[in-house]
Amino acid sequence: MASTTRFTPRPLSLRFRLGRMFLKSESLRGYSLLSPTLVAMILGLLMPLVVLLTLSFWIQEYLDFIRTFSLKNYTDFFQKQIYIKILFKSIRMSSLVTIVTVMLAYPMAYFIAFRIQRNKLVWLILITVPFWTSYLLRVFAWKIMLGYNGVINSGLKSLGLLSEPLEFLLYNPTSVVITLAHAWAAFAILPIYVSLEKIDRSLIEAARDLGESAFITFVRVTFPLSLPGVIAASLLVFIPTVGDYVTPSLVGGPSGIMIGNIIQSMFGKAQNWPLGAAISVMSMITVTLMVCLFLWGTHSFRKRIA
Amino acid sequence: MSNIRLWQKPDGFLIYAILYLTFIYLPVLFLPLFSFNNSTYITFPLKGFTLKWYDKMIHSPSMLEALSNSIKVGLLVAFLSTILGLLAAKAVTRYRLKGKGPLVSFIMIPLVIPEIILAISLLILISQASIPLSLWTIGFSHLLLCIPFSMLILISRLEGFDNSLEEAAMDLGENAWITFWRVTFPIVLPGIVASLLLTFTISFDEFVLAFFLSSTDATLPIYIWSSLRFPTKIPAVLALGASIFVISFFVVSFAEWVRRRGAKLESTSGI
Repeated sequence: MASTTRFTPRPLSLRFRLGRMFLKSESLRGYSLLSPTLVAMILGLLMPLVVLLTLSFWIQEYLDFIRTFSLKNYTDFFQKQIYIKILFKSIRMSSLVTIVTVMLAYPMAYFIAFRIQRNKLVWLILITVPFWTSYLLRVFAWKIMLGYNGVINSGLKSLGLLSEPLEFLLYNPTSVVITLAHAWAAFAILPIYVSLEKIDRSLIEAARDLGESAFITFVRVTFPLSLPGVIAASLLVFIPTVGDYVTPSLVGGPSGIMIGNIIQSMFGKAQNWPLGAAISVMSMITVTLMVCLFLWGTHSFRKRIA
Repeated sequence: MSNIRLWQKPDGFLIYAILYLTFIYLPVLFLPLFSFNNSTYITFPLKGFTLKWYDKMIHSPSMLEALSNSIKVGLLVAFLSTILGLLAAKAVTRYRLKGKGPLVSFIMIPLVIPEIILAISLLILISQASIPLSLWTIGFSHLLLCIPFSMLILISRLEGFDNSLEEAAMDLGENAWITFWRVTFPIVLPGIVASLLLTFTISFDEFVLAFFLSSTDATLPIYIWSSLRFPTKIPAVLALGASIFVISFFVVSFAEWVRRRGAKLESTSGI
């Protein structure tokens, strides 16, 4: 009994045969490992974007869509100057946020990368700690800081330095920029830190040994080598902040409105999904163009230095 | 002596670092401060110490429900996104695939699209397909957002992976499953832990997608958002924020402890 089972070849199961085929074809195995993720991304990213584009060519009529091709939403977008105006204002504000955030973050990242010898991790954790609270509450914290009865006003008043609360602190584009620069600080520091940390220290020493001043060494060696981090940081801050609507609606007031608020209202109170879709498409195109322009600019800048 | 010297030539960078830390800490520290203040109004002067906001927070059923919704969604998203990210990361690091570059960039798109656009396009698709909004639709949207993060973390963990380790196990007669559990998994484990923690955090804190894709079941950020409109609810929300902060402090410390322990084991076992 035992000997017969030992010598009878086991029938090859379908699973085993498929398995063998997989073993043989390397790339087939690779694609099959990748396929669940790709399916999720096609369902949840590609299809929605296609539907968004389609919807932007439809028209809203009361609660229904007129499903025939029309450019009405786009002509509306270009004719009613308000949308373009707000889109460009959002881009200006986000650019300002990006510049402020990256410029404030750079020295900090530099400090951790070059001046701190031990316990760098402690410093990095110290920087990320404030970001462990909810994003909404981080933004709300600025409302507490800058509000009419907020920390600054009530604090100065109880110290006797102020008789009337300052009204210009909250609900304007500046308060939006400050809040966003604060909320996204960690996203700027970490990539810059990583690129600074990667720099081969002997390159810097070589420049110094050859008689360059510390400043020239920074401009000619350290800064160009850290550019990938600066670029990553800029994109990580710029792209999400353009579409943010939480911050403008909490601390922006009427004058601090951004394009995200417009899109949100089209899908909420205004109930005009197709126009909202068209505005989203135009914002996406504009942001992509800005990013390409920025990458092209930094690319040619790097070439000129090298 | 050295102290005096320090005072005479202060390090500009250190002063800057302290100012910078003040800038990022100060606004956030007022949240817990006012959560202990015995007044509904978030304003100076302080009115005295109280724990009543914490008491109110714990006894709010809608808050507890939102919390449990967020934890459910977060756990599921972390689990699924780490599995999908691991499979995808394995595929691109282990195999030479045609069109790998464009495929990876395609998966990374959620990182470079403003969230609101991701949210509304999903909302349009879901409503056109007449799928009811629920925690599932929130979870699905969070999955899309989290997969790129999981994949990036796990790619960086797998990049130095020595394929001959797996081949050796297979040659010694182990099947693919056992090889994965005994060889691949322990090496990738720190990456898996990092991915689980990060994706849970992202999902737990995500507001924009959840706001557009939720129906009546709120997640915690949606609960916070709707409470911020009512001044009387704000102190309890601040208490909630402070509690989340303290809990995440312990979670991060624990993760760091696991990572260090992993690093120690690695250096002693020679992997």
